Amino acid sequence: MNKLFTTLGIALLIALPFNGMASPQQDLSEFRDYYKKRFPGTPFDDFINGVYSIDAASREQWVEIEEFPPYELSLSKGEELFNKPFANGKTYGSCFENDGIGIRQNYPYFDTERGEVITLELAINECREANGEKKLKWKKGPIAHISGYMAYTSRGNTIDIKIPDDPRAVAAYERGKKHFYQKRGQLNMACADCHKFYAGSMVRADLLSPALGHLSHFPVYRSKWGGMGTTHRRYGGCNKQVRAKDYPAQSEEYRALEYFHTYMSNGLAVNGPGARK
Amino acid sequence: MASIKIRAKAKGDITTVKTLMSHPMETGLRKDSKTGKKIPANHITEVTAEHNGNTVMTANWGGAISKNPYLSFKFKGAASGDKIKITWVDNMGKGDSAEAAIK
Amino acid sequence: MNLLRRKFVKTAAFVGATVSAVGTGILIPQRALGAYTKAAFDAKDVSGALTAAMGTDQHTASDEIKLKAPDIAENGAVVPVTVSSTMGNIDAISIIASANDSPMTSTYMLTSACEPFVSTRIKMAKTSDVVAVVKADGKLYSAAKEVKVTIGGCGG
Repeated sequence: MNKLFTTLGIALLIALPFNGMASPQQDLSEFRDYYKKRFPGTPFDDFINGVYSIDAASREQWVEIEEFPPYELSLSKGEELFNKPFANGKTYGSCFENDGIGIRQNYPYFDTERGEVITLELAINECREANGEKKLKWKKGPIAHISGYMAYTSRGNTIDIKIPDDPRAVAAYERGKKHFYQKRGQLNMACADCHKFYAGSMVRADLLSPALGHLSHFPVYRSKWGGMGTTHRRYGGCNKQVRAKDYPAQSEEYRALEYFHTYMSNGLAVNGPGARK
Repeated sequence: MASIKIRAKAKGDITTVKTLMSHPMETGLRKDSKTGKKIPANHITEVTAEHNGNTVMTANWGGAISKNPYLSFKFKGAASGDKIKITWVDNMGKGDSAEAAIK
Repeated sequence: MNLLRRKFVKTAAFVGATVSAVGTGILIPQRALGAYTKAAFDAKDVSGALTAAMGTDQHTASDEIKLKAPDIAENGAVVPVTVSSTMGNIDAISIIASANDSPMTSTYMLTSACEPFVSTRIKMAKTSDVVAVVKADGKLYSAAKEVKVTIGGCGG
């Protein structure tokens, strides 16, 4: 039965003008409808909790861990780092609107002046460089603590990724969408295969999380990592897991993917940093 | 200090203490993926909880307690505003201590 | 006060004023760690671990001990375990992961002020029984639960 639905799913996807004719808004609508049908028992707002929104047993363990989640240690560090002035006396707040507090829901955004997708991590490092500091490593460590803290101050805010009426922005969105649906690697699997068409199914002993709500809780503390990691750290892991080419963190490809991926969670609340297995 | 977070709440006569500590908790069995050598055991061996200078509970830990360990226990005879102190010591001889007020 | 409990009550952790100066990385003089039974953690079998930690390996199952642990651990490195009991006079609680290389994960020495309750997160190498052993009035009582540990899905 599942196979039938999958084929139907793919057929529907092809039926919807996949060659970029469907607008992002149409894509978003279809995306939400898909998950609503696949997981009728999960309220829309709960998708930000990933597998815990669709599986009671793992949810119970997650709730226990959330009693005192390990990312709290990162939050303390993040707050300290965020507030510590650079050598020139300025702080991160000077680079962001609202002093960097409560702004996660707007990232990533398309900078029409530069013609690029700007992610939060990219903005953090650009802030450092603009103030005479060295860049931080992209995937873990201090950047994850700072990004986590900024996400934390934004908890509850509604994700609101904008795609300006600019062909370059739409192109970046479409590039991200293409990455998401494209089969890749030796295992020949697309992000969509696991996280859309087979979301809720088991991959050996892992339950596949729905992509709806995926990026609401990043950066994330993974039990597996024993620490924090950024979105691009996870993208790298996923691509390696299907034996596909891993792109550099903050490469155009991953930023485009993050742009599309986050847009698909518009309307949901920020709940980062998250705790996951 | 920064390596210990404490949350203590009194409800009637019972105070519930929850604590989270920052520690690698290496078992000594793991191998470094790059060098192939075993990463030496580096884990908390004892956690002591004190209330008003009296030891309330002592925990003996092995490497099988998770990284960035969590511990919760309950005890009687304390009130809001009292201080609870958590101290840890590890097998390397390092340690840390932190205090928090019971809410 | 029960002498059995007095044995576990420790006097102030460190010598006087050094307490406030303690920070991570500073070596702490090894005080009389009489209660840290290293042998319990070195033991490769449950029997040896219990004998070293509690003085005996004889225990009786009791439904007065409530052991909360997941049926299937989401991640074997972080398994939440909570032990509570309606028994009185509990001096110590041990949590054992039977199939671990060293089954003893932890032992908690409770003073008379403590409620019979402890919660932590343990590492489990593979599917096995998690056993909560409680020492009360000199005797050991236990509750066990099988926790399944699986290998992840994506191979990562």
